[in-house]
Amino acid sequence: MSIKIVGAQLPDGTSQDLFVENGVFVDEGSAESTIDASGLIALPGLVDLHTHLREPGFEQSETVLTGSRAAAIGGFTAVFAMANTLPVQDTAGVVEQVQSLGDQHGYVTVRPIGAVTAGLSGERLAEIGAMAQSRAKVRVFSDDGQCVHDALLMRRALEYVTTFGGVVAQHAQDPRLTIGAQMNEGALSNELGLAGWPAVAEESIIARDVLLAQHVGARLHVCHVSTAGSVDVIRWAKARGVDVTAEVTPHHLLLTEELVRGYDSRFKVNPPLRRDEDVHALREALADGTIDIVATDHAPHPVEAKDCAWDEAANGMVGLESALSVVHASVVESGLLGWTDVARVLSSKPAQIGRLDGYDSPFAIGSAANLTLYDPAASRTFATTHLRGKGVNSPYLGRQLPGRVVTTIHNGYLTVSDGELVDADTVARDGAARG
Amino acid sequence: MRHLLSTKDVSRDEAIAILDIAEDMADVAHREVKKLPTLRGKTVVNLFFEDSTRTRVSFEVAAKRLSADVINFSAKGSSVSKGESLKDTAQTLAAMGADAVVIRHGASGAPRVLADSGWIDAGIVNAGDGTHEHPTQALLDAFTIRKRLHGAGSRGRGLDGVSVAIVGDILHSRVARSNLWLLTTLGATVQLVAPATLLPVSTAGWPATVTYDLDAAIDAGPDVVMMLRIQAERMNAAFFPNAREYSKQWGLDDERVGRLPAASIVMHPGPMNRGLEISSGAADSAQSTVLEQVANGVSIRMAVLYHLLSGTTEA
Repeated sequence: MSIKIVGAQLPDGTSQDLFVENGVFVDEGSAESTIDASGLIALPGLVDLHTHLREPGFEQSETVLTGSRAAAIGGFTAVFAMANTLPVQDTAGVVEQVQSLGDQHGYVTVRPIGAVTAGLSGERLAEIGAMAQSRAKVRVFSDDGQCVHDALLMRRALEYVTTFGGVVAQHAQDPRLTIGAQMNEGALSNELGLAGWPAVAEESIIARDVLLAQHVGARLHVCHVSTAGSVDVIRWAKARGVDVTAEVTPHHLLLTEELVRGYDSRFKVNPPLRRDEDVHALREALADGTIDIVATDHAPHPVEAKDCAWDEAANGMVGLESALSVVHASVVESGLLGWTDVARVLSSKPAQIGRLDGYDSPFAIGSAANLTLYDPAASRTFATTHLRGKGVNSPYLGRQLPGRVVTTIHNGYLTVSDGELVDADTVARDGAARG
Repeated sequence: MRHLLSTKDVSRDEAIAILDIAEDMADVAHREVKKLPTLRGKTVVNLFFEDSTRTRVSFEVAAKRLSADVINFSAKGSSVSKGESLKDTAQTLAAMGADAVVIRHGASGAPRVLADSGWIDAGIVNAGDGTHEHPTQALLDAFTIRKRLHGAGSRGRGLDGVSVAIVGDILHSRVARSNLWLLTTLGATVQLVAPATLLPVSTAGWPATVTYDLDAAIDAGPDVVMMLRIQAERMNAAFFPNAREYSKQWGLDDERVGRLPAASIVMHPGPMNRGLEISSGAADSAQSTVLEQVANGVSIRMAVLYHLLSGTTEA
């Protein structure tokens, strides 16, 4: 397949025609098809370092296929699949299975994340070496959903993962400080009578972990940073030369705890929505590089898991389909980030943290053709009709969001065309042809 | 008013209107036939996801005195299941044609979820949700205070200038939250008294002063001292060392009651832990309103059901 893309604006503002052939960008050629991209921004294919695909084990919530489709419609060409499946992604067999499902469907590159501890139990290390050396070549290890809270085990994990060039992605949450926690702890949790999730439960774990990472000379990644205090700790650690990276979710860049007021469980997420001050600190941290990337923490749930009282509802929101629009609304429209920054925080940097090849020099001749064409002038009232995964637990339903993904190209073939997914058979065939 | 979910939503005029209706309802209790035909043909469901015989019986008596049909629906889960979901229960009740649902639930906000869900089109009365609110308790407390202060001249009055000390487990108390909003709406001033562990980390936006010192609060001579029940499990979770220490620091014992002005009243929502947060002397003293609170509870709940179901105050 060869494609010519005419008139797209690159992230740096320049305009350039792009030629794609045999999966890579080429100088120019005789294209079989031409895409008129005037008025659209060409971004490198987006990379999500934090996705829950739920398969194996929770196929009622999402599968590798449905999650991949949600990713593609959101402009993603690669996702890292969190380890909290059933069985847990803690052995070579399971991570290879997830990876091969991703390859088979072809909408995005699926890179499995390995568990840090066996069964996410927080008791003993998972088979990290076997996963790293498997066909899935796992480089990111995380117990996400659970914090590796035992300090000694965390130290060992940081050291051991270093052996294989990997990184521990920590879900920073002191379990004792957050027993039964339902929302951000503060004046509002107090008024609503919901058990508080104090900022210190996140900040104290991050503080401990950056010191551990420095002590053992390991690389650390902090998942879903949610508080202004965490930003301060990470800024301090980076100034000290600690090899730490951090992510923020789209929802923590846009939404605040005020939304909890109506006890609508679509807004229940872990870590919880925080105060307005936190949202602003996170935006500024993303702009100044203290926070390196945006990652969705896409967490689909079946309807019944949310159709209940707040305490009984599951944590989590779907985010792949809306991520780029939410980043647009929260930090681009406010002038904090330009499109080159967006390309960095949603593509090259997450790829670099996850050791995913092919994303370091976007649009360069000879590099893998992963890109998304985005219409920044579009505006839509976000609705379930815009979702493509199984989950409808989006916090943005009914909200006006800017922008729209028009085209997504993964390894040189179309996964989204004219704003709609290319059908699964075509994508699988094109993916298989690419090998 | 379509639902009663939180006293924060209740205006001063609405609150006084309910208290005044409750005055009329209280008169019914002194008749030979303690029954009004007002809600004949209406169905009131007591939907209790948590056990509370006292509150359920109070609502049941209230509804029956208004001639409503009452259904008690205990939806508490067994040890093997989590119990029926709120949604299924609500839809079941809707199918049965409930006009009002009185709900007690362990999860904060469950009544609000029910009211907003579209699963059921009935008036919802919050009979206690998690650690959030217990609006009818606050209304009956306000009614009790007003009655003690103004007697037969209560109608039409608020609680302007009345000082109330609420003492105990503020953090987990739905009674404290509902009283805080309602009493201040009615013009009272509220002081919260508790150890720091049993106060929220932030009381920003709360119209109350806070102190750790019960003796200072007593010596200020409040018009009302409202004691809250202490749950035994708080001790195990390190909120305070043991019952003896709690009782010594924050219990209303005979000596402290003795220091209160003679006109001050002592309240407790029940059930009491005698000897822990309140001594028997205090609970049984002339200043205590504990039994009046129970009796007034029926009048208030009659007033609330009437207010919600009679349709006369529908906006």
